[in-house]
Amino acid sequence: MTRYTEGLENYKKKIAAITSQEMVINMGPQHPSTHGVLRLELITDGEVVKDIIPHLGYLHRCFDKHAESMNYGKAIPFTDRLDYLSSMNNSHAFVMGVERMLKIENKLPKRVEYIRVLVCELNRIASHLIAIGTYGIDIGAFTPFMWCFRDREHIMNMLEWASGSRMLYNYIWVGGLFYDLPVGFEKRCQEFVDYFKPKLVELDDLLSNNQIFISRTANIGALPADVAINYGCSGPMLRASGIKWDLRRVDGYSVYPELEFEIPVGKGEMGMLGDCWDRYKVRVEEVKESVKIIEQCLQRLQTDFKRTPDFDPRGLVPKKVNLKAQEYYVRAENPKGELGFHFVTQEKTDVPKRVKARGPSFNNLSVLPELGKGQLIADLIAILGSIDIVLGEVDR
Amino acid sequence: MINRVTDLIINNIGEQAIVRIEEENLQPILVIHIDNLVETAFLLRDTEGYYFDFLSNISAVDYHPEQRFGVVYHLASIPYQTQLTLKVEIENDRRFDNLPEVPSVATVWRTADWHEREAFDLMGIFFTGHPDLRRILLPDDWQGYPLRKDYEDAETYHGIAIK
Repeated sequence: MTRYTEGLENYKKKIAAITSQEMVINMGPQHPSTHGVLRLELITDGEVVKDIIPHLGYLHRCFDKHAESMNYGKAIPFTDRLDYLSSMNNSHAFVMGVERMLKIENKLPKRVEYIRVLVCELNRIASHLIAIGTYGIDIGAFTPFMWCFRDREHIMNMLEWASGSRMLYNYIWVGGLFYDLPVGFEKRCQEFVDYFKPKLVELDDLLSNNQIFISRTANIGALPADVAINYGCSGPMLRASGIKWDLRRVDGYSVYPELEFEIPVGKGEMGMLGDCWDRYKVRVEEVKESVKIIEQCLQRLQTDFKRTPDFDPRGLVPKKVNLKAQEYYVRAENPKGELGFHFVTQEKTDVPKRVKARGPSFNNLSVLPELGKGQLIADLIAILGSIDIVLGEVDR
Repeated sequence: MINRVTDLIINNIGEQAIVRIEEENLQPILVIHIDNLVETAFLLRDTEGYYFDFLSNISAVDYHPEQRFGVVYHLASIPYQTQLTLKVEIENDRRFDNLPEVPSVATVWRTADWHEREAFDLMGIFFTGHPDLRRILLPDDWQGYPLRKDYEDAETYHGIAIK
């Protein structure tokens, strides 16, 4: 058995062999800057971090194992709890995979698709607002945090109105939706967009171009593009390093090919390309793009794909998901990056043999030891905040 | 796409590297011989026209009741915007002192480091040549590999009854 425990023994030896001027510091699992229950074991020399050993698993809820014991529809609430800040996007990815295997992807009514994109983009804004707000508080700016949460609350209320739940929606189903949008939702959403746009300008004035904030984040933790790809980073992490890689455009799933939006990438405006400020700025720009998408969706939901009395959002929901034995990997662009599900299905039952969730935060976090080595402890907080992890998804 | 990749592998490594191609799936799967895995990975990553530089996912599968495990690699090419699925299969008798062994691709894609630790942790697949193979999600002293289909919950944990 010793071969199998060799890695563990080596790790223990490494901790035991630190020199007298070095110190091991445990950051977490209850450290506020880890955004959840993450423990970082730091080997430090004074203020300088020499090595980082992340310890995960404090929020491991066995998604993979649960999904093997229930049918596809029942697994959707579990996907909501992966990245609990963007539940809509999670279930959209999962549902899309099942629909493609069922080959009903192209039969879905356009109204269903537009509603899905609308709620996903609302959720993306909510998720990014948390990322931006909590990043401010990591650095020491309290006001942006309160302002972002205030605006996010409007989105939470709207999504609660549509789905009945504030954060974990179970709204997108295989083959359709739980319900149509409530009457008056489009108008209320338009009001929110009109309210929200000036707030984004305020946010730029308050935080993005704030000299204190820039001094804390520019030139810190620069991530070169090749390292980002090698570590499997995706989403804003990868785009901040200058690579235009957005699965909404690359794969063109759902109705994204019909919508106009830009893909913001890092430009190294305040310092090096791919530094903490770039990662922050990409998120701010993405919020603006999401607002554009929402406006287009709202416009089409009120003209071409209007609410009609005979519209049934559950029209294509299958009674039982009958699939032949196959394997399929579906990927979608979440606020954090590429969310993937690997399905292994089996014949004559609607319970999958294996579902593996690929969380973007899991991969984005794995680059932290590379980024943090040789930095100061205070800068490590800035780097960790800029990665924007959600532990629900790291541990799954 | 899949034909171009098989041609590339046959021309550079040899026919023995490809066990079979599963084409009945929505995404064709290329089953690679386990001895040629790392070689194939380097070839696919570094050849112009392919450049599979992004490893999306590694997923370990237990084909219970067969005595067989699979490790599936989902690759993507960022310059060419293509996708590819590789798979290796290992026969194994499921004994804890004889874990299925797969060569590690952590030298090819660094992201494989954590994915392989997860597969080791939950499915009990031993990746030879991995730089730091220990459990990642479960505690270090956990017994057994929970994602295996024949896994049975422990009665106690550190002497505490948990059932």
